[in-house]
Amino acid sequence: MRHFIRRTGFFLVTLWAALTINFLLPRLMPGNPAIAMMARFHGHLNGGAIRAMEIAFGVNTKASLLSQYFTYVGNSFTGHWGISLTFFPSSVASVVFAALPWTIGLVGVTTVLAFILGTLIGIFGAWNRGKLFDSLLPPIFIVLSAFPYFFVGLMAILLFSVKLGWFPTSGAYTNGVNPAFDWSYISDVVQHAVLPGLTILATSIGGWILTMRNNMIGTLSEDYIRMSRAKGLSSRLIMFNYAARNAILPNLTGFGMSLGFVVSGAILVEYVFAYPGVGYMLLQAVVNEDYPLMQTLFLFITVAVLLAVLIADGVVSLLDPRARSSK
Amino acid sequence: MTAVLEANGVPEDPDHVRQVRRGSLGNFWRALRSSKKAIVGLGILVVFTFLSLFPGLIAHANPSAETYLPDLGTSSAHLLGTTSYGQDIFSQVIYGTRVSLIIAIVAGLLTTAISVIIGVSAAYLGGYADGVLSTFTDIFLVLPAFPLMIVIAAYSKNGGFTIIIAVLVVTGWSYGARQLRSQALSLRNRDFLIAAQLRGERKWRIIVMEILPNMTSLIVASFLGAAVYAVLAAAGLQFIGLGSVNTDSWGTMLYWAQNNDALLTGSPLWAIVPGLGIGLMGGAFALLNYAFDEVSNPALRPVRRKALSS
Repeated sequence: MRHFIRRTGFFLVTLWAALTINFLLPRLMPGNPAIAMMARFHGHLNGGAIRAMEIAFGVNTKASLLSQYFTYVGNSFTGHWGISLTFFPSSVASVVFAALPWTIGLVGVTTVLAFILGTLIGIFGAWNRGKLFDSLLPPIFIVLSAFPYFFVGLMAILLFSVKLGWFPTSGAYTNGVNPAFDWSYISDVVQHAVLPGLTILATSIGGWILTMRNNMIGTLSEDYIRMSRAKGLSSRLIMFNYAARNAILPNLTGFGMSLGFVVSGAILVEYVFAYPGVGYMLLQAVVNEDYPLMQTLFLFITVAVLLAVLIADGVVSLLDPRARSSK
Repeated sequence: MTAVLEANGVPEDPDHVRQVRRGSLGNFWRALRSSKKAIVGLGILVVFTFLSLFPGLIAHANPSAETYLPDLGTSSAHLLGTTSYGQDIFSQVIYGTRVSLIIAIVAGLLTTAISVIIGVSAAYLGGYADGVLSTFTDIFLVLPAFPLMIVIAAYSKNGGFTIIIAVLVVTGWSYGARQLRSQALSLRNRDFLIAAQLRGERKWRIIVMEILPNMTSLIVASFLGAAVYAVLAAAGLQFIGLGSVNTDSWGTMLYWAQNNDALLTGSPLWAIVPGLGIGLMGGAFALLNYAFDEVSNPALRPVRRKALSS
């Protein structure tokens, strides 16, 4: 229980840090960049909405810094995130919630797949250390992960869309297709998701392979593995139930953390494929100097990563008593 | 949170922390030379260093001059063709090496310096200071770095080179700090440190003369890791047009190539070659890093088949 409270406390502190960064950044920059943005809002918006945003960015307001801060934090928690400049007159909330499912679908599925595949390749690589499998697959994916996500995405477009014409170059579905829950729509969505998904998969899998392989090599040299061999247990049993089961624990905790990296990489993949998820919207917001949308998306990404870390941490402390007892 | 952090190769258990014997720098260098990965990585970096010092020897065209016909294919005059603005792609690639390499090295060094200062002070000061510094490190560790970079860079319009480096350093120091703190903690109660304390050495002398030399391997490893991170992240930022879009760099080339639909309109080399450059430079630092890992952690060294079958 103490363990759980500690973790939740850290979650809250980090969330607070992200909020504070959002609040301070525009104020710290020379000649507050939000002033120009607010000027573009004038004449379009009146009343409470504009005042809330003036307080959020510290423009044209007489309230003290502290009271601005509390108003801002309060508005952030109650979902008053302002109006989006890019998608005027939509509210930031509606833009964010429209983008969220696309990212969760694309990045969520590919992250889980990358974790499973990478872990399996790592297990087999360590088990067959130095043999053909181990000297082929892990190095290929590790080299791939040295390339930026967006470059792999560009190459995928060049090869599979431009040259071969197998998959569409951009978007999440064909314009004009009726978004209904039927076969033609779903297959259209899947077809659009294949290339960005494969891009994220190909570039993120290397990290899993590397860590799993190294952990596995460590556990394989333990005495209890030698003992299980001496007892004459089958290779499969030793590999999965004895070695991999212990080696996977650190990897499992890394799962939550690495989500942050995957989300980061996915931003550029979404950009390259014009996939209308959170990352694409973030860059749209940057290009259009749409700071309310940008701040809110940054908060959402942070919360998503923090939640993933919290969950992964909880799972590991359930599975591994050592994690509970450490401090 | 410790469990999560340990998982990423940030062990707190002193037995697992990489350790190098004192004064083993010579052995170290010998081991590094015998590693194929290290030689390949170093070789690539030497070539890139040469290119960034003397780009004019290799490429004769001015990289930003828009003097040729646009969208030419490959020819002996233009080895990689020309851009949609009529610039020579080959010479852009050669001149672009410099910015990427400088960002990697400068951001890598600054990041490592901050990691060392915060990580080692946290471990050595202990108590309340350690608690504050560690929490600070953990917060930066889980804040999603790339979105944070984008947000900072977006507010500081057209900051260019310095902004990119500053952003890389601010978002990149925490990982190394965490690792260095763990290793410094494992060193804290060693006999030679107690001896130095009993001799009456000053605190800072102990840190600089006794602790840091024992952490050389991990410090170098964090520099290499930070350099890989800087190469990739800087390319990403330049690609989306943050920082300055007028520098000669690989990421900027990709930005212009993407904005002119180079892949669709038939000059794909405009995007492919700078991307390969980024991958190659990131890969070279990564190879050196793996080689260092194997040198300082013998369990990971490749084994000969003979040893396996026994």
